[in-house]
Amino acid sequence: MARRRPDPLRRFHQARWDEEMIYELSVPGQRGVLVPRAEKAVVEAVGDGVSAIPDDLRRVRPPALPEVSQPRIVRHYARLSQETLGADITPDISMATCTMKYSPKVQEHIAARHPGLTEVHPLQPGETIQGILAILYRLERFLCEISGLDHFSFQPGGGAHAIFTNAAIMRAYHAARGEAGRDEIITTIFSHPANAAAPATAGYKVITLLPDEHGVPDLKALKAAVSERTAGLFITNPEDTGIYNPHIDAYVQVVHAAGGLCAYDQANANAVLGIARARECGFDLCHFNLHKTFSAPHGSMGPALGALGATAALEPFLPVPRITCDGQRYALDHDHPLSIGRVRSFLGNVPVALKAYAWILQHGFEGLREAAICSVLNSNYLEAEVCHIPGVTLPYARGQRRLEQVRFSWEKLREDTGVGTEDVKRRIADFGLQHYWTSHHPWVVPEPFTLEPCESYSKEDLDEYIGVLRQIANEAYADPEFVKNAPYNSSIHRVPEQFVDDPDRIAITWRQYLKKGWAQRQTQG
Amino acid sequence: MDRPKLGLVINPIAGIGGRVGLKGSDGPEILRLAMVRGAAPQAAARAAEALRAIVPLGDRIEVLTWPGPMGADLCRQLGMACRVGRGLGQGPTSGADTEAAARWIRDEAADLLLFAGGDGTARNVCAAVGEQIAVLGVPAGVKIHSAVFAVTPASAGIVARRFLEQTSRRCRPAEVMDIDEDAFRQGRVCARLFGSLCVPEDPSRLQGAKVGGGGGTGQGIEGIVATIVEQMQADPDGVYLIGPGTTTRAVKERLGIEGTLLGVDVVYGGRMAAKDADERTLLEWVADRRAYIIITIIGGQGHLFGRGNQQISPAVLRRVGTAHILVAATTEKLIGLGGRPLWVDTGDAELDRQLEGHIRVVTGYRSYTLCRVGR
Repeated sequence: MARRRPDPLRRFHQARWDEEMIYELSVPGQRGVLVPRAEKAVVEAVGDGVSAIPDDLRRVRPPALPEVSQPRIVRHYARLSQETLGADITPDISMATCTMKYSPKVQEHIAARHPGLTEVHPLQPGETIQGILAILYRLERFLCEISGLDHFSFQPGGGAHAIFTNAAIMRAYHAARGEAGRDEIITTIFSHPANAAAPATAGYKVITLLPDEHGVPDLKALKAAVSERTAGLFITNPEDTGIYNPHIDAYVQVVHAAGGLCAYDQANANAVLGIARARECGFDLCHFNLHKTFSAPHGSMGPALGALGATAALEPFLPVPRITCDGQRYALDHDHPLSIGRVRSFLGNVPVALKAYAWILQHGFEGLREAAICSVLNSNYLEAEVCHIPGVTLPYARGQRRLEQVRFSWEKLREDTGVGTEDVKRRIADFGLQHYWTSHHPWVVPEPFTLEPCESYSKEDLDEYIGVLRQIANEAYADPEFVKNAPYNSSIHRVPEQFVDDPDRIAITWRQYLKKGWAQRQTQG
Repeated sequence: MDRPKLGLVINPIAGIGGRVGLKGSDGPEILRLAMVRGAAPQAAARAAEALRAIVPLGDRIEVLTWPGPMGADLCRQLGMACRVGRGLGQGPTSGADTEAAARWIRDEAADLLLFAGGDGTARNVCAAVGEQIAVLGVPAGVKIHSAVFAVTPASAGIVARRFLEQTSRRCRPAEVMDIDEDAFRQGRVCARLFGSLCVPEDPSRLQGAKVGGGGGTGQGIEGIVATIVEQMQADPDGVYLIGPGTTTRAVKERLGIEGTLLGVDVVYGGRMAAKDADERTLLEWVADRRAYIIITIIGGQGHLFGRGNQQISPAVLRRVGTAHILVAATTEKLIGLGGRPLWVDTGDAELDRQLEGHIRVVTGYRSYTLCRVGR
């Protein structure tokens, strides 16, 4: 057993470099790599290479790339990396609903180095990528077993993309039945908001249900919401609160009775792996985020994969190509006339599928189930301890255990001290922990924070996290302004919150930065 | 550059009724009762808490205030230089004094008016300056229903200081609410919208922000307005009765119509047909035309009908038909109800029964939230 720290809190100070942006380091003529000139034989065969490109495709001006020497580039990015808190240097308990479990390095190694994956071209014929197709085919069978559904597609490049694709499948299904007038999607306020946003992007009207006094969606409201306009229901369970809805099948039945379809958002399926399945709840569609539940790393917007599951009745509408197997050879099948078509180029994010495949093989059925049980136990322990911290409350479903994640509230702390969840969140960075996630906006639970310890973290990790929250709560009661002015040990001391959503102030590219005049303002100011 | 100017107005008797159980300090009789019961003024102490963040600014800002207990005394006590307006008479201060002070501070082109008081004081400030200058409330009254107050006096000071120090300042309209005094003293809560003030944008330190995240509200309202306007365009021959509130006002703004904030306006053919109409006028407009009612939820009580929009009487509602009611509200406002249903109290029990059940509330662009309606 590891040495027990007498004090779980770590003294921490993050690097803070007064580092320029890469464009500001640019010196005309400097190069990181000197590209060798082509050999004589090559020049004779293809000329200068550039003139082979048609005039109208050749760019007139060279791209405005920074010109920086190699050591300076390396130093630049090494410094920036020191100013972040990566998943591998902090127990990532903070980001509930994101399922930030540990990603075993062996998978990274294979995905980054195996020539069967790194040296293939996306346009290679199916016969020459049998290994990749075999992995996708077998992974599909695994996920069918895990969900109980009949088919999977690996095209969507993320959870919201999978929800969008599910909405497109619903539309194709209703249209094929002559019910194209079904233009309404129902979701709940505690489901991941992509369940509202992605169908809206697909052109649907969206109706959101509020929770009842037990914290689960109001079944009476669902009954009032369904009609001949209902295309489908998009729902999470357990929802973002961590509360499991034991009567989910009744909700599915209400929608089915009205002629709608039901899609189960299982992006985060950590609480139910090997325990409960979409099939038994009656769902027609589901999706798993392989970059959450199935361990592929996650964050910074990708790479991701929203594996989409469907019942046999919806199989004709799935995106193409589908992967088939005649018992010996694998092939890509495009011949599905009712298919919604492609939703992504080529085969999707294959390295993510590979990591999920490896993770399932490492665990086996019992291992998956154990992962679910451990993640819930970890969360239950965290919940019990965090609820004893002054200023913390647990809204809804009093006395009822949450599953793999919990949405807590600092409402009492704010009433008592004026210190709210955003303040605590900033202070956490001073202890070398990832700032936590509050909740989606707008907040339904006042002053929320949502934690999910997954199965990867030890009791020592949890105790450290609990210790930090308790310390900050104590500080808030003793000296609220101290917490409100945090962080002190982080690379950025104060985030100008009033302006972070101001379009005039946001510049996420160098070009925007120049266009909005910020380069000049910096020099003058 | 000129020094930033801070206006300061203290309602010295705000909050006086609270600790002696009188629920507010409005009116001379209540004030006398409160004094008899041994009430001690709280507002100056609350304002002092707020000013703790301001004092270190020293002469980098200019402070404008009103004589005696309305600001000048406290400034002197805290060693803050200030310019004092003229106008306070003898005897206890009143709402008229607050209004005079606010007007003077506006005329002196203050960057921010900081007032210490409650909902009643907010109403006075609103009546005097409306949305003409930035205003922030230091919570010092018994009743704090308006969204114009900081969460604590200390927070008010911090918001004010940051606001004064910034060169680019963001404000948003915030509703001034008050409750029916007599009903409240009899134990019934009945909130009313009185107008709106322009407050600094700082979601973590302002009242009403506890259900909100940064930046979401504005987008929500834009989507709501677009959806309502689409629905109006779908039936251009309809008559639209638009009820009070900032959300419905935004619909009128989009249509280029200058309506009322507190009354019911009639829009027909894309134009204002009757401004601030009474029940009789509404009945005339809906008598032989297809009509719709567009309303929002007022404040934290969740009343749809029967509070603040009684012009939309049972007769008007019956004529329009319950299927033609469009309710719009931001998700933040619905969440602010804390799980309570929406309410109807039209005065017609049969009609109230018909309105019961669930209603779709427009909460964003083609987005709806299903809400329970009770009575």
